[in-house]
Amino acid sequence: MAEKEQVQEKILLVSSSPHLVEPATSRRVMIEVAVGCAPAALAALYFFRGPAAAVLISCLAAAIGTEWLFNVIRKKPQTAFDGSVIVTALILGLSLPPTLPFWMAIIGTIVAVSVAKMLYGGLGNNIFNPAMMGRAFLMACFGMAMTTWSPNTYQESQVEKAKAAQQEYVKTEATPLSLAKDPIKKAQKLEEQKKEEIADGNLDYAKTLVIDKSTRPPVNQITGSIFMGATRGSLGETSALCWLIGGLFLLWRRTITWHIPVAVLGSAGVIAMLVWLINPAVYANPLVHLFGGGMIMCAFFIATDPVTCPLSRSGRVLFGLGVGGLIMLIRLKGGYPEGVMYAILLMNSMTPLLDRWTRPTPLGGKAAK
Amino acid sequence: MTQLPTGINRKLKGKYTFKRGIHPPHRKMSQASPVERVVIPAGHTVLIPMSQHIGAPCEPIVAAKDEVTAGQVIGQANAFVSAPVHSSINGVVKQVAPLMHPSGRKVLTVEITATEQQPEPNNWKNCPDIDLEKYEPDAICSVIRDAGLVGMGGAAFPTVVKLTQNEKKPVDTIILNGCECEPYLTSDHRLMLEAPGPIIAGLQLAMKAAGAKNGIIAIEDNKPDAINGILEAIENVPNVSLAICKTKYPQGGEKQLIKAVLKRDVPNGGLPLDVGVVVVNVGTASAIAWACIEGRPFTERIVTVTGKGITRQGNFLVPIGLRVSELLKHCGGLTDDAAKVLLGGPMMGPTTATLDVPILKGTSGITVMSESEVSKQEATACIRCSRCVDFCPMNLVPTRIAHASKARNVEMALDYDLMACMECGSCAYVCPAQIPLTQYLRSGKAQARNKK
Repeated sequence: MAEKEQVQEKILLVSSSPHLVEPATSRRVMIEVAVGCAPAALAALYFFRGPAAAVLISCLAAAIGTEWLFNVIRKKPQTAFDGSVIVTALILGLSLPPTLPFWMAIIGTIVAVSVAKMLYGGLGNNIFNPAMMGRAFLMACFGMAMTTWSPNTYQESQVEKAKAAQQEYVKTEATPLSLAKDPIKKAQKLEEQKKEEIADGNLDYAKTLVIDKSTRPPVNQITGSIFMGATRGSLGETSALCWLIGGLFLLWRRTITWHIPVAVLGSAGVIAMLVWLINPAVYANPLVHLFGGGMIMCAFFIATDPVTCPLSRSGRVLFGLGVGGLIMLIRLKGGYPEGVMYAILLMNSMTPLLDRWTRPTPLGGKAAK
Repeated sequence: MTQLPTGINRKLKGKYTFKRGIHPPHRKMSQASPVERVVIPAGHTVLIPMSQHIGAPCEPIVAAKDEVTAGQVIGQANAFVSAPVHSSINGVVKQVAPLMHPSGRKVLTVEITATEQQPEPNNWKNCPDIDLEKYEPDAICSVIRDAGLVGMGGAAFPTVVKLTQNEKKPVDTIILNGCECEPYLTSDHRLMLEAPGPIIAGLQLAMKAAGAKNGIIAIEDNKPDAINGILEAIENVPNVSLAICKTKYPQGGEKQLIKAVLKRDVPNGGLPLDVGVVVVNVGTASAIAWACIEGRPFTERIVTVTGKGITRQGNFLVPIGLRVSELLKHCGGLTDDAAKVLLGGPMMGPTTATLDVPILKGTSGITVMSESEVSKQEATACIRCSRCVDFCPMNLVPTRIAHASKARNVEMALDYDLMACMECGSCAYVCPAQIPLTQYLRSGKAQARNKK
């Protein structure tokens, strides 16, 4: 017996299997997303310089501070440094215009973290994407400041070159997506005018009120700049290339699966392609829609927020199709030039339903009741 | 990874796999160690519990101070789903009492002190050619029942129950499970390498007993040497083929294996029998052969001792009832940083708090994990990343079931098919929040059982 005791002189751990776990942690997932955002954030800093830094730093500081304070007040374990709040701050910050006063950015971030995340019970319990909630709040409160775009520094230095190729763009100081919207609005107006003239009996004049089929939306000319990032817009709205690099990094690291990005870009791309084929004089080419605005950022970084998207693969595909479709609906028919924010929030509210509809069937079928 | 056999062989089938599942590190550190027999010294005792299988416990038919010989029945099975228990050594019964069982409970156990005179070691490697004509299905079944055979892969389900012919559910295929998808463990691998003969004989006998036309031996492609060996052994055996399966956990799960090899879905809540299949572990097949050829009862098995917390790793042929502590001592004892002792592999093996428990019929390995192998991460909030859903080999929604069982909402857990869970551990393995999902599912099952 003495020998037996010798073998077991130490206290053994007892736990439930499995005893192996993959080294991936939630913190690492969050860090990977933040790394994925890095190219776009660096591009924003390069294009917009100081103002961009002010917005991003305000967002980061406010986000960490808010979550830290919440946990202190509620006497909960501190989660301000688990990385998730940094991702929220980055996504929100990159969706804001560089000229936004820093205090507005701070207010938006506080609302995003406190109302949209912590009040629901913190990480994993929120229904809506916190960053998009913060942005929606800012849109409602400071609409003017949220839609005033300034040229980025890259444009300042190349303004002569830009003038040659992008006359209308430089003149109006609009974002590419507003430019894409203009011909649509013009066409709508023309259609209304035509109806009025027909009602008034001026049939001959009405017949002349047609769009010149040979023209193309001027925004098509700057497709290249949209892809590279030399345009006006929100911090992260500018460079599709940088978001693509970040998105491919996330796919490579398996931080996200392909389902949502493919579904978002697929449905938006198909719609953009269809309207473009039907009427290229009015609708911008599909690449403008895919690379313009927040489309790529949304497909890889916003719609893929695990907390607010469905659990099953088929659910995620439906979610992505819905996001892409709603973005295009708002861009083509809605009052705003860009639709990412509302598309995400609307589909977030569909997530519980999608989860219910797309519950996976167990191997061997559903158990007999 | 070593090369797979390249020779074209009609017995060789393609690579089979199932959907989802995970790729844990293999860590088959003991796969090169030949099987070594462990003999119990005189004066030492073995502990033979009356419950080593799924089903009704046995009734002891010996009393203290009785003399017993190796292979003598000491526990009688009185139910259909049960298996008799035999003495694994020559000795004298020390006591019949409730003693500590690997399950953590006390179970009626016969403790036997070994005497000087032990029988000659059994031949377990080379079996004579068998004449299948000699055996009738009913006779094979009764031999298997009397030998106390149970599944050696871990679940320990009485083998005879699976093989007994049932007119309503005819069996056409027997799959021998040589996947050994559990990391660390190598006992089946060594058996296939060192003793392919009895495995093939056992498969033929099982086919005869169950009335099955086809026999398939399934091996994962990370064991090319075993694949080569079995291929050679089945060269001239009719109706028997080899299925090479992709190395993925849990490839050796009964339902996953049937899906992979035969593309058949075992109904939820049903048995492989429902789709005309019986799955038998390779170790069990070998035991079937020896039971039929020599009438040898199930009194010894191969156990892998592995992990970084043990001085010497290896594969050992041990008498059933040998104390875990004794086997570990044989392997040089625990290292200083040993932290956890598992009776089985790291994915499904339960831990034991005491080493004073016996090796059972279903114990395929003892894994001693060191501090460095043990993860002690705290669980954080679920971020709904759906990795558990993406990897669940049963296609369940583990996070939902875990939340339901945490909230003691048994109905919701059952609605999400809690009972289809086989506790393979894939969900907890992939969870980035380190939530012990499998544990929650297990506790949900317990809640559901208590509610009935």
